[in-house]
Amino acid sequence: MIRSVLTQPSRSKIENEHPASSPLSIHDMTVAYHRKPVIWDIDYTAPQGKLVAIVGPNGAGKSTLISAVLDLVPKASGEVRVFGEEYHKQRNRVGYVPQRESVDWDFPVNALNVVAMGLYRKIGWCLPVMRRHRQTAMEALDRVGMADYAKRQISQLSGGQQQRVFLARALVQDADLYLMDEPFAGVDASTERAIVEILRELRERGKTTLVVHHDLQTVTEYFDHVLLLNMRLVATGPTSEVFTRENLRKTYGGKLALLDQVGHKMTLGESAR
Amino acid sequence: MNQSTTISPNDSKRRWGYARVSVVSLSLIALAVASLALRRVMIAKEWDSNDTWTVATAALAAMACALPGVFLVMRRQSMMGDALAHTTLPGIVVAFLIAHAMQQAGWISSATYDSWRHAAMFFGALVIGVVSAILTEWVQKLGRVEASAALGVVFTTLFAVGLLLIRLKADQVHIDPDCVLYGIIETTVMDTIPNADVPRAAVVNGLVLLANLLLVAIFFKELRISAFDPAISTAMGINAQAMHYALMAVTAATLVSAFESVGSILVIAMLIAPAATAHLLTDRLDHLIAISLTVAALSAFMGHLMAITLPAMVFTPLGYPEVVDTNTAGMMAVAAGGLFVVAALFGPRYGVVSKAIDQARLTQSIIAEDILGLLYRLEEESGTAALAINQLTAMIGGRTWPTYFAVRGLASSGDVATRGNNCELSDSGREKAKRLVRAHRLWESYMAKHFDLPADHLHETAALVEHFLGAELREELAAELEDTAEDPHGRLIPPEQG
Repeated sequence: MIRSVLTQPSRSKIENEHPASSPLSIHDMTVAYHRKPVIWDIDYTAPQGKLVAIVGPNGAGKSTLISAVLDLVPKASGEVRVFGEEYHKQRNRVGYVPQRESVDWDFPVNALNVVAMGLYRKIGWCLPVMRRHRQTAMEALDRVGMADYAKRQISQLSGGQQQRVFLARALVQDADLYLMDEPFAGVDASTERAIVEILRELRERGKTTLVVHHDLQTVTEYFDHVLLLNMRLVATGPTSEVFTRENLRKTYGGKLALLDQVGHKMTLGESAR
Repeated sequence: MNQSTTISPNDSKRRWGYARVSVVSLSLIALAVASLALRRVMIAKEWDSNDTWTVATAALAAMACALPGVFLVMRRQSMMGDALAHTTLPGIVVAFLIAHAMQQAGWISSATYDSWRHAAMFFGALVIGVVSAILTEWVQKLGRVEASAALGVVFTTLFAVGLLLIRLKADQVHIDPDCVLYGIIETTVMDTIPNADVPRAAVVNGLVLLANLLLVAIFFKELRISAFDPAISTAMGINAQAMHYALMAVTAATLVSAFESVGSILVIAMLIAPAATAHLLTDRLDHLIAISLTVAALSAFMGHLMAITLPAMVFTPLGYPEVVDTNTAGMMAVAAGGLFVVAALFGPRYGVVSKAIDQARLTQSIIAEDILGLLYRLEEESGTAALAINQLTAMIGGRTWPTYFAVRGLASSGDVATRGNNCELSDSGREKAKRLVRAHRLWESYMAKHFDLPADHLHETAALVEHFLGAELREELAAELEDTAEDPHGRLIPPEQG
């Protein structure tokens, strides 16, 4: 339904809109659940080698944005290019840290097993995890300060420790673009410091990292760029220029009533007549 | 989810102690039941090759089911197994109808009819597994209900369709609904493959087990990641949804193969019970699979033994000597349930008994520490302190027996010296008591400093907290309180050393 409403842009236009050098470029992307658009007409080009905070209120569509980039939810319209190509051709170059709540921590695996999962694509289908893979995973655990907990079943780790394990898994993916969904949620102070350190290290190595972030107090301190989101893109750019009182008011000043109304009508399937 | 406590290495060592205890007790109970039953069987000389093949067939079927079962349980989709066991019924009926029609048309002879029918059933099951999974998703989306509600709608409807088909086409489909439910393993073993004394069902189930073992071995990594973290699995190119459909197809195919010999009730038990039991005993996926297979095989053996002995043991003394045996499949489900109960009681981490033992140990050590603390405080007041057990009991406000055992423990570790009826602190006991009292008074000072509580509110929480303040926390508290030498009641805080 939305497909017919929002027509696809022409091929040549797509090429123009997606600079091949950019780690991530999104062109006119709309994502809907049950026909109700959650994010509308996003245009975004990520700057190479920067730390970017994705900021917005609850229900603004921050996780949806990441999921849509990773092809985990269908797009109602629009295009996404990762390093100039479609996502499925560039899977090797993208690392992902999902929300901690998204998995069952009672699952019978230990911290090392989870980190090794980041290597599964590199190992390839049907081939086993070898000693050298475990070694790589172990090094990543060490980098996040979790080497002593490698053999521990994951439910016996604290929230911050679980988050570090997820981060280590992303590190072994050795990607060029990282997408992280609330890595700072519910972690202790020392874990927060450890994560920030890793993020800066990634930036020094020229990686681009997009982080869904909730704590407005620390945005300026941790991030170079921001993407302010509330159902639509409010503003994006260097933190010093864009992270302003005025823009925050626009982002957090409630959802746009009209967008919500239209979305509701689309859910109900009420036509204009 | 948001646990802030972690378990120290010591704890996990003790837990693995429990694991050993639980495995030993599990096998002991199994052995006791088995030897009791075997003795009876031996006396009556009731065991023959039919019994052996029954157990072998049942064990192979159970193990074949246990493998996909592990992943269903780990994905928290156990109900899906139950559902598939039902939805395969219309698939089986349609397979019968197709085979019958082919025979009528003269395409296949009555000699090859059976093998055609089995092939049709097998592939029908693969299809119906995926179809039920997709249907469930549709119902969930369209009906806007939770997954288990959608499952309830889909599998009851498809099962009803299957039963209807059986009634309508009774002349072409020779299925006895009873046999579908309970299985008739005792007679299936009589149906042997040509030129050999091996039951056809044993061969079929053996092959399915082998195929499942291969699949799990080859796709272990993919099965693990798609079950644990579907989002990252799909993002990395291992489509979790596709893996889900594949698992459903394999489960359904395994179910129909095991179906005929053991019936659908048992099949559901064998799908879920071994994995659920194993999950109580281990935190490693590979061990979990191995334990599931063992539990499945053990249930088959115990189940058959119980089926041929238990009814007579129970009913003969009650005056019904004519009841001598019962359905093996049913007893296997009972045995699997029994093993689950044993694991739930003695499991290392979640076991009721091990938790109770933990709790009792903690209570005892708290009583012992309370005794030390009491003696120390009395010494502080009057120079010496020697108390009899009944006095100690009264003053710490407990009961006599726990105090008695705590004193005995303290005496044997040399923390308390007994003189006549009275006990008093030894030097090592005094050191321990000093650290406990230090913890207590540090805590009181800390609370008084930060919570602005009246002095009479401090003691009770401190009396609880003192038992959990280790050296590290005491040091942290002392640093926080800087040079505080006295607690809010004006008593000296004992130093950590000397």
